[in-house]
Amino acid sequence: MEIVSRPHGRNLVRWARDRERVVVLSADLTSSCEADEFREAYPDRFFSLGMAEQNMMGFAAGLAREGYFPFVHTFAVFICRRPFDQVAMSIAYSNLPARLIGFLPGVTTPGGATHQAIDDLGLMRILPNMTILECGDATEVESVLDVAQSVNGPVYVRMLRGDVPRLFPSSEPMRLNACRELGDGDDVAIVSSGICTEEAMRAVPALRARGVSVRHLHVSTHKPFDDPAILDAVTTARRGVITLENHTIIGGLGSAVAERMAESGAGARLIRLGLRDTFAHGASRPYLMRKYGLDAVALVGAVEDLIGDRLGIAADAIPAAPPPPLSHAVKVEDL
Amino acid sequence: MTESIRQAIAMVPTETGTDTAWIARACRIASSVRRRVLEHTVKHNGGYLSQACSAAEILATLYARVMRLGPSAGPLAPLPFPGVPSACNPCAFTGAAYNGPRAPHLDRFIFSPVHYALVLYSVLIEIGRLAPDALDRFNTDGSTLELIGAEHSPGHEVTAGSLGQAISQAAGIALARRLRGDTGRVWVFMSDGEFEEGQTWEAFAAAAYHRLDGLGVYVDANGQQCDGRMDTVMNIEPLKARLEAFGAEVHEVDGHDPAALAEPAERDRRGKPIVVIARTDPCRGIDLLRRRAPRLHYVRLKSDEERGAFRDALGGGAERETGHGDR
Ligand SMILES: Cc1ncc(C[n+]2csc(CCOP(=O)(O)OP(=O)(O)O)c2C)c(N)n1
Repeated sequence: MEIVSRPHGRNLVRWARDRERVVVLSADLTSSCEADEFREAYPDRFFSLGMAEQNMMGFAAGLAREGYFPFVHTFAVFICRRPFDQVAMSIAYSNLPARLIGFLPGVTTPGGATHQAIDDLGLMRILPNMTILECGDATEVESVLDVAQSVNGPVYVRMLRGDVPRLFPSSEPMRLNACRELGDGDDVAIVSSGICTEEAMRAVPALRARGVSVRHLHVSTHKPFDDPAILDAVTTARRGVITLENHTIIGGLGSAVAERMAESGAGARLIRLGLRDTFAHGASRPYLMRKYGLDAVALVGAVEDLIGDRLGIAADAIPAAPPPPLSHAVKVEDL
Repeated sequence: MTESIRQAIAMVPTETGTDTAWIARACRIASSVRRRVLEHTVKHNGGYLSQACSAAEILATLYARVMRLGPSAGPLAPLPFPGVPSACNPCAFTGAAYNGPRAPHLDRFIFSPVHYALVLYSVLIEIGRLAPDALDRFNTDGSTLELIGAEHSPGHEVTAGSLGQAISQAAGIALARRLRGDTGRVWVFMSDGEFEEGQTWEAFAAAAYHRLDGLGVYVDANGQQCDGRMDTVMNIEPLKARLEAFGAEVHEVDGHDPAALAEPAERDRRGKPIVVIARTDPCRGIDLLRRRAPRLHYVRLKSDEERGAFRDALGGGAERETGHGDR
């Protein structure tokens, strides 16, 4: 599997070259959010606002009112939690085209509860006017800015940084409100997003080998959430539906799928995999994904639950996650 | 609080105004902390090292002189992570036990810039409140010695990693203590970057308005933040004048001079929160770091050459203490 180093940092410079009204705002996490290359390339369009996120959202709103496209860069927790009121009232209410680029989704960081965005999708989903995108691989990181910029209104992007695997061909960019069909089947529908899609992609072949027919959808638009593929999958899956997300099961992908199922009258069972209404803590990503059941092993367990049978899939039947490249683009401890 | 009341406090080692032995001890603790953090950084190819350089004397002085704390009630070998606080988790604890028991006459410590956790753990080791090998558990799965400290981490009492929040909690604690009639104070350690957050200023406005003179804040003014030198990111100066305008009593001192650091805490309370702005050098004791300026926030060692150079830096400058820490 190809691992792309700092795809956002490079892409942002390329993408913004001829878009002169694109400006970047940063709150003292410039290289941590891969905005340093932009700062070097276009210093006149980069604005350091210090560690003051609430104020930064107001600046973004003001710039957006004047015809600029502010791309706010900070950790997802510092977009969605601390300045929530500013995002809601200064940006979302007026439907301003601010692009909020949030890093360190869920348990991708060892920084503990204060740095792990486990509730960002829920917080942004409840805001009227907000569009929500999430990247699951390097191809999506490289195409998400086009999608965001096509939206007439505020956009929250759940972004990946550092060494990012490429799961989807570069020729298949992210599209607004369109799931990726990663496999067809009618026993179980798996709906995954973000880094959890890679986990699901490792579990699905083992499930198929045991005769389970699996439909696998990858979601990169959390709002709007009305791609007919979702409805089709949840109504055709005979044994039920599983959502797998790097987020709490309240308010994120699991909730969105549950809402679609209930509204459509789909009577299937739904298992929501994700953090079960708990904060997490600081530890390594594989440890936390195992502990909180966000990984391939947890997914196999959920499939067994739905079909009411042990599949006897040995741990080594699920290929291990590829080791990180020798020269990490980012050390996870370097927040 | 007057010196005579201070000396009457039970359990606290009394030190008279003329006694200077503690200064040598604080200096010894500080240099051992630098050395320990440097060793850890070399071993793990990175670490929050410049924070040890800037804050070693501040934290050493707080523990060796300023804070009136009882003996540690935390285990020398840190307990594993007990789970997050919740109604159904009776096992959850905070790391405040390492700062001694709660008592009306004893002080409390609130540690705010928790990316300095490695520095605080090292201080706790040097003063004998954590075992010498405790750092082996640093940033390992299931450990309370988290990379970014949280309330379960030794020496920590609140979850402060969203910076600029702990000061308000500390002020609330100081208010509660005044309501209860406690004589002990609440000491807060902050970084200068936190003075960019609006909440910090809201906290000082309210603490001054409510005359919370039991609140004392030490600021590591190292002039650095993630993006580099603070004056290239956002301006917070003149910090002393700004804080005074908000109603605080402010002292600006050499942050590597224990006597100067401790002096403001010896004065009688005067109806205002006090702030000690400790002007510090983010490369103090490890000159090799200067080459990396202005990118000092997290020191990552990439090549064998870099590792070798920093390992050699262990030889000079910082002196190693022998034995099991200095109580
Ligand atoms: C509210 C908030 N915003 C951003 C961050 C990310 N962050 C961690 S440390 C830091 C600033 C570092 O500057 P300072 O606090 O002065 O510490 P020092 O440079 O001495 O390490 C930032 C922006 C954070 N922890 N909390």
